[in-house]
Amino acid sequence: MWRYVVKRLFLAPVVLWVIYTVTFLMAVIIPGNPFKTGERNLNEDVQLAVMAQYHADDNWLLYREYLAGLFRPIQAIRGQGPLIDLGPSWQYCDWTCNQIIGSALPVSVGLGLTAMFLATVLGVPIGVISGIKRNSWFDYTSLSLALVGISLPTFVTGTALLILFAVKLAWLPVGGWGSISQLWLPAFTLSLPFMAYIARLTRLGILDVMASDYIRTARAKGLAPWRVVWKHALKNAFLPILSYLGPATAAALTGSFVVEKIFNIPGLGEHFVASVLNRDRAMILATVLVYSTVIILFNLLVDLTYAAVDPRINLEKQ
Amino acid sequence: MTTTAKKNTTIADEAPAANVPVRCLPWQRFYRNRSAMVSIVVLAVVLLTCLATLPISIDQYQLQQLDFNRQPPRIGPVFAPFGYDLLGRNLLWRCLFGGLVSLGIGLAAAAISVTIGTLWGLTAGWYGGRVDNVMMRLVDILYGLPYILMVILLKIAFEPMLIKLLNNVFGPGHERVANIIILFVAIGSISWLTMARVIRGQVLSLKTQPFIEAARAMGLPTRKILLKHLLPNLIGPVIVYATLTVPQAMLQESFLSFLGIGIGPPIPTWGSLAAEGVKAVNTVISFWWMVVFPSAMLGLTLLCLNFTGDGLRDALDPRLR
Repeated sequence: MWRYVVKRLFLAPVVLWVIYTVTFLMAVIIPGNPFKTGERNLNEDVQLAVMAQYHADDNWLLYREYLAGLFRPIQAIRGQGPLIDLGPSWQYCDWTCNQIIGSALPVSVGLGLTAMFLATVLGVPIGVISGIKRNSWFDYTSLSLALVGISLPTFVTGTALLILFAVKLAWLPVGGWGSISQLWLPAFTLSLPFMAYIARLTRLGILDVMASDYIRTARAKGLAPWRVVWKHALKNAFLPILSYLGPATAAALTGSFVVEKIFNIPGLGEHFVASVLNRDRAMILATVLVYSTVIILFNLLVDLTYAAVDPRINLEKQ
Repeated sequence: MTTTAKKNTTIADEAPAANVPVRCLPWQRFYRNRSAMVSIVVLAVVLLTCLATLPISIDQYQLQQLDFNRQPPRIGPVFAPFGYDLLGRNLLWRCLFGGLVSLGIGLAAAAISVTIGTLWGLTAGWYGGRVDNVMMRLVDILYGLPYILMVILLKIAFEPMLIKLLNNVFGPGHERVANIIILFVAIGSISWLTMARVIRGQVLSLKTQPFIEAARAMGLPTRKILLKHLLPNLIGPVIVYATLTVPQAMLQESFLSFLGIGIGPPIPTWGSLAAEGVKAVNTVISFWWMVVFPSAMLGLTLLCLNFTGDGLRDALDPRLR
């Protein structure tokens, strides 16, 4: 188990390096740079000096310098700066990428994790009930609702929920960030497609598991029906959901831009889109690297949980 | 107690068969799947309506009548059951024309993901060993990418290049064509990963079957074995995942439109129409028709595509779920 974790953790920097290179290539291909916008241009010499300062004039130098500057253990031990240094932002000269991401990432992660929590907590029971009460009205209603949840873009469902709960009923605030009441609507909106998918996976899992012999045994020895389901069936039916949770959490964390935009939440999504449109190369690299790290860590976490839950899985042999 | 027990036994007996007997032919199984059949009919109606009205909608979709801007739906004297948008364009024609663009994006992305995904999975699965290892690690890495970010980056990075290329080769004025092509490619090039994984798995299991071994023993060249014996057996999963890629791609296009980097105006798509409508929503006057009609058409189509995909999956391979 630990060997597997160490192996994966050693592989992670390699994966990040590949991602860094791919992103760097694309960031360089994007024409234009933030120091030559065409309006309020600097004096020619000053412009050259500024570009040289950010290594904007030499791509190969920028590639090496940025990569070399990323990880700074010595500086961190001496207390002279952060351990991971994502460099200064090209667009906002008063800010470093660390500061921007430090303020925006917790917001996006908080929103994404709440959404995944809601999706699991609501999706699993819905799936279990529709799996047990197969072909009942509950089954059909929840399945149809689930498919509607998958089939509508979040900006439509989000706006609909916003109008209903924040404007017409005025139960929840319209947007913004900072209090718990402001979290529910965006988190619920973001969770809808994942909830739908989890409910469907749970239903299928329950249907499969309920046909197996050990459930018949459990029922034959006289266990209460809910106990058979919650203690015996769900444990096995949960495995496919668990393996879905990794990529889903990653998608919820990275895919939250639309929701952030609707509910006016100061998350990382806005910064990424802005950085691409501003040709802010340092910020593009920083956002992609941070997001990728989060995704890699979540996938690892899910694989480990998977092995912990299912004793049949042997990670060493994979 | 007895009733619950009885109910549960029926569940247990039916469960593996997924509604319909497995012994039927695939198309019979699909034919008996009511929701999938209804979906196919609805999809056909939507597609045919969009196609049949193309001669009118292509003239009308960008016609601005500023007297009519933000007018609610009406039937007479002018036929505008979907109302008018912010610039006084008839939303009915915009929705019908936009539907074709949206569906085109979905189909193009599916085509790209089928081509790359099948070739990739086939090669990795067939050659196995180190080739397989390297190719699938690459897929793993791409899976680890924040893919919406990649779609955005791909789109913005390569669009100016393609515009320059097209303008140099075919003469000026190809901005819109480049815009659409790059969107197809950006969405398609991210969506082939699942396809590659599924195909590889299938190839790995098919490779050990006796009929492939027999083909090899007969001395057939690899190319022939792959094309004549392996590919026909892969058609099931390919169709299923292609069908499920279409709604995915259409949804992604709508997100890009919402962020303002989708297909450029004035060309409509269901996603961009819904996004425009959402942006027009305010608390004083609700221009509900600008959101409701495009999203309803988008939602209905995606719903039907998902139902069809699920139906195909149940019909073509009951074990694949």
